[in-house]
Amino acid sequence: MGWFKRLKDGIQTATKNKKEAPDGLWNKCKSCAEMTTMKELRENFFICPKCDYHSRIGSNDYFEMIFDGKYTELFDNLLAKDMLKFSDLKSYEDRLSVAYKKFGEIDAMKVAEGKVGRKPLVIAAMDFSFIGGSMGSVVGEKIARACDYCIENKIPLMIISKSGGARMMEAAYSLMQMAKTSAKLAALARAGVPYFSFMTDPTTGGVTASYAMLGDINFSEPGALIGFAGPRVIKETIKRDLPEGFQRSEFLLDHGFLDFIVHRSNLKERIDEMLTLFKMEEKVS
Amino acid sequence: MVFLDFEKPLEKLYEQLEKIKQVEEEGAVDMSETIKELEKKITKEKKEIYANLTGWQRVQLSRHPERPYTLYYIEQICKNFIELHGDRYYADDKAIVGGIGQIAGQTCIIMGHQKGVNTKMRQYRNFGMANPEGYRKALRLMKLAERFGYPVVCLIDTPGAYPGIEAEERGQAEAIAKNLFEMAGLKVPIVCYVIGEGASGGALGIGLGDRVFMMENTWYSVISPESCSSILWRSWDHKEEAAEALKLTPDHMLEFGMIEEILKEPLGGANTDPEKMARILKSHIKAQLSELMEIASDDLISGRLERYGKIGEYNFFESLEKVDP
Repeated sequence: MGWFKRLKDGIQTATKNKKEAPDGLWNKCKSCAEMTTMKELRENFFICPKCDYHSRIGSNDYFEMIFDGKYTELFDNLLAKDMLKFSDLKSYEDRLSVAYKKFGEIDAMKVAEGKVGRKPLVIAAMDFSFIGGSMGSVVGEKIARACDYCIENKIPLMIISKSGGARMMEAAYSLMQMAKTSAKLAALARAGVPYFSFMTDPTTGGVTASYAMLGDINFSEPGALIGFAGPRVIKETIKRDLPEGFQRSEFLLDHGFLDFIVHRSNLKERIDEMLTLFKMEEKVS
Repeated sequence: MVFLDFEKPLEKLYEQLEKIKQVEEEGAVDMSETIKELEKKITKEKKEIYANLTGWQRVQLSRHPERPYTLYYIEQICKNFIELHGDRYYADDKAIVGGIGQIAGQTCIIMGHQKGVNTKMRQYRNFGMANPEGYRKALRLMKLAERFGYPVVCLIDTPGAYPGIEAEERGQAEAIAKNLFEMAGLKVPIVCYVIGEGASGGALGIGLGDRVFMMENTWYSVISPESCSSILWRSWDHKEEAAEALKLTPDHMLEFGMIEEILKEPLGGANTDPEKMARILKSHIKAQLSELMEIASDDLISGRLERYGKIGEYNFFESLEKVDP
């Protein structure tokens, strides 16, 4: 007999009464467990001051970090559609409505136009919090429209990838977005508009095997997981452990698939530099 | 003959048929009436079975061990075929084969995923799972086609691109992405046929074309039903449900506007009469190429951009607000 006995089995606290660590005050680093205030972290580009871990951030954070002040969101009225009436343990419709409520995002990608060092740039940035940053019809269509917009206005395009890959709940539709986005980027290239592909943690699956790898310049944040197959799948297939640093940015740089890795604190400066070098005519409003 | 689980009723009928035929041979008894009866019964049973296949059963048929693969079709439909090897950078991938040949008088570049016909060959072909050099070889051949103005024919049959350490080191993702990018802008016609399994990026890596077709007992989707089950249901046991949910059959793909047409297979699948299937494929390719060779390069490319540009379904924010205030 134990000294203590549970009177009722299981966890009794209702989810709504659960005490969250006060969000927005402290952040625990996912890599080294260092506690930092959110304010300090934000000022440090969401990079852990102790171990330099680049924590995952959303599209808005990147827009604010990169653009000179204000920017305009484009094509923000597209919403996912459950055309297959897909259902596994949960229906796609439920997954979508949970994602809308929980994250307040409309899909896994936002497109915005703004200026960097007074030079125009269109950025399409992904949000991992929305169903794993998965690529469905909305993501594909936003990239397609961003390409058309950049061709028409002669503005360079940058895509910030952060995705688990294709959105399974859109099955063949999500697969075909790989073809769609690649075809659109080919048109962008024919029009002579530069395309910068920035890969962040994680960039895998169909996203890597389409637009993420197709940049005129391919670059990434340090330590980001970038690959085609996920590490778990590879491990299960080959039945042995994966080498240290496998599929990380540094590994890709070493194998010739990235032009360079850029620390988030230098990101804006580097983009400014690229825009100067790949000069499209400077438009100052 | 190999019978799949849902074909078991046929197995018994075929056994009976064999026995009767034997009796006839041994005893010189005229059994022709009985044989005719039985053959009729088999055809009827077949029609019933194959008229109502589930998604999973199509997946099973697409993997039928006696189903013809790319090299068989090439052998049957090409005259003067020369297989071309290697990507010129690293190696020759055995899971994607290709070369130059003539189909009904038209010189073309033909390529496809290749699976092995027995255990040893299956390993040699890496089960039809290509490494980056496979996709790079495919691209090299497409560029060759472009230079000489030959059309490209792609036969798709893969459980997926190979997920291995070396594949990642050599840039599996980049190889596939590059193919999509280049195929979108290739100046010569590209026709694609799903002849077996069409799994994910590994299939699409040689699957972007002016026209895409699927044989009747094949599938095409973003993931195999097994992997889908393991990820979404967190168990391997829901592959049948996953196959339904993914809507991966040729009928669905036609309905979605992602393929142009379905190629009818002989009753019971391509495996029952590979020669007939090859004849069907040959005459289909011939018709497609003669149409596509008339189209100017620029129109081919803009047509391809339009074909893929319109794939996708979404709602608009305003309309949703009206429905759900």
